[in-house]
Amino acid sequence: MTESLVNIEIDGKPIQARKGEMIMQAADREGVYIPRFCYHHKLSVAANCRMCLVEAEKVPKPLPACATPVAEGMKVFTRSPRAITAQRATMEFLLINHPLDCPICDQGGECELQDLAMGYGRDIARFAEGKRVLKDEDIGPLISTSMTRCIYCTRCVRFGMEVAGIQELGDTGRGEHSRIGTYISRSVDHELSGNVIDLCPVGALNSKPFKMHGRGWEMTQHEAIAPHDCVGSNLYGHVLRGKFMRAVPRINEAVNECWISDRDRFSYTGIYSVDRLEHPMIKDGGKWRTVDWETALEKAAQALRTVHSDAGVLASPGATTEELYLLQKLARGLGIHSIDTRLHQADFRDDDSEPLFPWLGQPIEELEKQDAVLVIGSNLRKEVPLMAHRLRKAALRGGAVMFLNPRRYELLFPVKAYVSAAVAEMSAALAAVVKAAAGRKTLPAHLKDFVSAQGPEAEHTKIATELMMGKRTTILLGHLAMQHPQYADLRALAAALADITGAQLGYISDGANSAGAWLAGAVSHRLPGGRKADIAGLNARTMFARPRRSYLLLGVEPELDCWDSPAALQALRSAQQVVVITPFVTETMQEYASVLLPGCTFGETSGTYVNAEGRWQSFAGMIKPAGEARPAWKILRVLGNLCELGGFEYVSSEEVRDELQSTLGASKPDNGFRGTRVMEAAPLCRGFQRIAELPLYGMDPLVRRATPLQQTQDADVACICLAPADAKKLGVEAHDKLTVKYNGVRIVLPVKLDASVHTGDVFLPAGLAATAGFAPWHAAVELEKA
Amino acid sequence: MAKMTSRSQLLSKHVRQAIDETVKKYPEGRQRSAVFAALREAQHENSGYLTVELMDAVAEYLELEPIKIYEVASFYSMFETRPVGRHSISVCTNISCMLRGADGIVAHIEKKLGVKTGESTPDGRIYLKCEEECLAACTGAPMMMVNHVYHENLTAELVDEILENLK
Repeated sequence: MTESLVNIEIDGKPIQARKGEMIMQAADREGVYIPRFCYHHKLSVAANCRMCLVEAEKVPKPLPACATPVAEGMKVFTRSPRAITAQRATMEFLLINHPLDCPICDQGGECELQDLAMGYGRDIARFAEGKRVLKDEDIGPLISTSMTRCIYCTRCVRFGMEVAGIQELGDTGRGEHSRIGTYISRSVDHELSGNVIDLCPVGALNSKPFKMHGRGWEMTQHEAIAPHDCVGSNLYGHVLRGKFMRAVPRINEAVNECWISDRDRFSYTGIYSVDRLEHPMIKDGGKWRTVDWETALEKAAQALRTVHSDAGVLASPGATTEELYLLQKLARGLGIHSIDTRLHQADFRDDDSEPLFPWLGQPIEELEKQDAVLVIGSNLRKEVPLMAHRLRKAALRGGAVMFLNPRRYELLFPVKAYVSAAVAEMSAALAAVVKAAAGRKTLPAHLKDFVSAQGPEAEHTKIATELMMGKRTTILLGHLAMQHPQYADLRALAAALADITGAQLGYISDGANSAGAWLAGAVSHRLPGGRKADIAGLNARTMFARPRRSYLLLGVEPELDCWDSPAALQALRSAQQVVVITPFVTETMQEYASVLLPGCTFGETSGTYVNAEGRWQSFAGMIKPAGEARPAWKILRVLGNLCELGGFEYVSSEEVRDELQSTLGASKPDNGFRGTRVMEAAPLCRGFQRIAELPLYGMDPLVRRATPLQQTQDADVACICLAPADAKKLGVEAHDKLTVKYNGVRIVLPVKLDASVHTGDVFLPAGLAATAGFAPWHAAVELEKA
Repeated sequence: MAKMTSRSQLLSKHVRQAIDETVKKYPEGRQRSAVFAALREAQHENSGYLTVELMDAVAEYLELEPIKIYEVASFYSMFETRPVGRHSISVCTNISCMLRGADGIVAHIEKKLGVKTGESTPDGRIYLKCEEECLAACTGAPMMMVNHVYHENLTAELVDEILENLK
């Protein structure tokens, strides 16, 4: 037996427990259930509910199992008469103020208090006095409150402090007047806040969109994968009479632990958006006509067959791997090589030196064990909330988490170093870090001139030092880096820095399935399995810059999703044929499309997402598609057959997946970089440099339609954010209106000031109705007072 | 460590200095320990009560989430979170004082001021606080505390005199 183990006995069963751990942890591991409310394995021990009282030999009174460390020879009794008496007494106290409103409580049937009251509660209450009643607070559009039901376990409060990193809920007042809330009735805004709904052991905090919509026992539960970011959180979808009712986390320690982001939890509300496309439609003499599938598919196939290579195929990185594989198979079978999913990317130089797929460089779980991490170009909390959570854990463990960004973002953990550089200066700033790290080492020839021209400052040197010193170190490229007009430079420098410091290079890819898209060959320069395309087609940007005669779109809204949205719209409007497979139909779509095929959204289709770590996660459909909508893989299968291409006889999406997997062979993810392009200084921008962040709730068609998410603070981002000095020059103050002009197009939005924005930079988000189709994401724009 | 922001300018220089002094007594990063002292100072300069704006100012000055300040302010009976009269009176009604006639003293004051315990006089002069704890002056029971000063062995006449001297 090693030093760190002790022998204890729980209910007569001898077990070994780790020294210093609590009775509760040992019992949980052994599968002995001890009732609890305030204890949660991911939170600190509060020991305030007293439900877990157990008896220990030679101890004169019951002990809380969650807060009592094990000791050698300890004999614990969780079901002895004394333990049961103590637990029953606790339950009686907890029920004194708890209302007997289970029949109208959303938690009913899945309530920890209700379950334990069945086991420990008395049939008749001895408490005849009045119960305390609390007025409910409005804490935002996501979480409903019924605070009279609260039993003060404080799990929600501890979640804020310990997991989210910002305390939004607190325990105010004292004794009988104590209450959980925000005190001033403000909204709870953290991007993971919905997790308090699962943590709350009673019906005090519940899902607001789901409120009074169904009962746990009426619904069927289905395994699902979140369709928004590259973590691929594991979910359960709950379905009532064919309707998707809510999403809850499915525990997977390696991926999402027991948490999910609010985006993953509430985006399902977009499934039932009023603009769902329910029937196939074709444009006939300028008028839209609802047709049957046969007619629509025939028309679509005809459109595809006649254009040959002069077509562009664009798909969302949120499409399933199977859809993307079939899409490229169809396109390439027809001789169309311009196929892409990199909607948000602008700089495609160095395509050939890119890895097999934008890999994180390690399992997601490893992120929290890093000694030093440099994140380049990422508003991490909003891009991938659960990755920010992993890095927060790394920082709290003492890891040096560092950033190089175009402005400061609020991070709720200690940040070791933060370099904020104007968007045009980002490569120079990164080069300065490379220089500091290289010291006297020889730099790669292609970077040498550019890097040696930089003068590292203290913060650059600090980043370099941390990356050199740490044993486990990582350099991550985020969404803002990928959207950057000098992405290839940033990547080359990041790769050089990784080489010099021995750090792992990783990518925080966009959408739920960028990795899957690359592996499936749904990028212009790669075939399935990552093989180099013999004939490289046009990429997501050039297929619009050089307009095609026809287009095929899958789940894309180019005016919101494409980097150069004005060019995309123009090319689509002047194209002869545009076939669109989409779950939603917009007015803009009706302008440019010629065939609209109703596709499926989250929950309606089977498929596979490959997350950033390269984990293949397959799921089945949960609900019947809206109207006549069909899963896109089935639509593509039929189109393949109609175009008389061989090899489209699939019976299930699993067959498609297996076919793709067989092309992968033994290829392994590897972020080694082989580029040798000589670097040059970035061209200067005239006027203001726009930077388009993709907002937390504006990043794909489904979240943009999730009404509760659109009511949050995070959705309220339609503004022009600039440096106070620039605002002064323009003669505007915060909240004033400002006109932003590009290429003759003007939009007017309120001003927001941010002292960390560099002069000359202006942040104007994409993915919003207010900026749809306005300007490329990094463009020189003009500003004037409205 | 404490930084000046627009909101923390609500706090006077004196209050800020007092907070700085308290913060120094604790290890770095433990400025939460200074919340109590900070609120006491802020309340003292604001005629005996705290407003949400003041609590937010303290939060910003100490770089803490506002809710952490609300929790402390609403928990302790020493802090008032609604406007009260500028002179605070607490009559001890715990066991020793009760046995020595504290209830009569409370009734006398309520009658004289025309307010109930927990209320302030309409002219904003006196706040008759609902004191919950024993004030630890049992040897001089019955007693009351007026603006942090103890008055012991109270009689109706003595109370009248004390009240009249409060301007």
